[in-house]
Amino acid sequence: AEVQVAVAANFTAPMKDIASQFEKDTGHKVITSFGPTGGFYSQIQNGAPFEVFLAADDTTPEKLEKEGGTVAGSRFTYAVGKLVLWSAKPGYVDDQGAVLKKNAFKHLSIANPKTAPYGAAAVQVLAKLGLTEATKSKLVEGASIAQAHQFVATGNAELGFVALSQVYKDGKLTGGSGWNVPGDLYEPIRQDAVILTKGKDNPAAQALVDYLKGPKATEVIKAYGYGLQ
Amino acid sequence: MPLSEHDLAAIRLTLELASLTTVLLLVVGTPIAWWLARTRSRLKGAIGAVVALPLVLPPTVLGFYLLVTMGPHGPIGQLTQFLGLGTLPFTFAGLVVASVFYSLPFVVQPLQNAFEAIGERPLEVASTLRAGPWDTFFTVVVPLARPGFITAAILGFAHTVGEFGVVLMIGGNIPEKTRTVAVQIFDHVEAMEYAQAHWLAGGMVLFSFLVLFALYSSRRFKAGLS
Repeated sequence: AEVQVAVAANFTAPMKDIASQFEKDTGHKVITSFGPTGGFYSQIQNGAPFEVFLAADDTTPEKLEKEGGTVAGSRFTYAVGKLVLWSAKPGYVDDQGAVLKKNAFKHLSIANPKTAPYGAAAVQVLAKLGLTEATKSKLVEGASIAQAHQFVATGNAELGFVALSQVYKDGKLTGGSGWNVPGDLYEPIRQDAVILTKGKDNPAAQALVDYLKGPKATEVIKAYGYGLQ
Repeated sequence: MPLSEHDLAAIRLTLELASLTTVLLLVVGTPIAWWLARTRSRLKGAIGAVVALPLVLPPTVLGFYLLVTMGPHGPIGQLTQFLGLGTLPFTFAGLVVASVFYSLPFVVQPLQNAFEAIGERPLEVASTLRAGPWDTFFTVVVPLARPGFITAAILGFAHTVGEFGVVLMIGGNIPEKTRTVAVQIFDHVEAMEYAQAHWLAGGMVLFSFLVLFALYSSRRFKAGLS
């Protein structure tokens, strides 16, 4: 059968890998849409045809669940996001994040803290380090974590808080320099998935969710720099 | 008051951006439109096409190229850094530059139509009366093309107010610098603050309707619209 999935933008690369393996292993077909979690929420509320939803946070799936838009008991954490302070320039960010305290940069890119979980986490890190005031006038916000990364990748911002999954593959950074922000500086970024009401009777939807919990998918998820619950 | 302090700041910023952009567009667009209306050059087609590009290109294309070219490694970015101006993304000046590109056809095309509608005759008469080219332009062309100027200014202003994709891509959402009304609405919707989104979005619909209503119901302006 076919299953239509809405996937949080930060999970784009691993999902492509997982989907193609899943198709090979099960014979089901996956149609994926990638985008912002808040945007998907309003689309689902307004009758979007998605059957499974992989969100960038845990609050949006929970909200849908409370509103009766999901299959009861289907919600689970498929990945835990990790935050990294990253620069496209090699050697710019040290492995202790001291570059933040030195404050010699012009622009620090973050995702919108109001709407993106990675943005909210970045703001928590700055607060814990006591740097909220010092960096206030240097913050630039991307509408999503993808855009926050784009500002840094194009060099318009010297550094930024991005998702580790965006700059990490097979156990190392794909380029530039970064500081893996210690987990005690921000609330865990739990990314939850649910089966939506539209996917209730679709065996492929259940199969995909089971597959996401299985060893093949979790290996891919870890290789992209996510943690697991 | 249903509008927050941030909403009001976004409205103020948007009006400043649109006003400054409109003035610059009239300054830049008038000679381009004049040249396009008068020239017999073989380049006319190419230049006209370049001016019209923002009409058909998605804002993502313009935004992406502006981000790359105005960035520290791009040609415009290297020039502005060389001049000691820093780089343009994330600044109000950057939004103005982007808006001038983005709204250019909305100013050039009505002006070009107005200039073409004047024809050769008034210009010939002016020159037999020994008016110089500048004199002719300001005392003959500008008054005759006045409806075209008004249309161009209104469309340039309104289109800049309605700009979203380009601002989103190069702005960085900084309050009082690059957070315009359109971006503020996007934020409200993304944060599921639908009530606040409604106030601003409804205001935009009303504003745009009134602008276009004024434009279409006034006959004198029709000369400028093709």
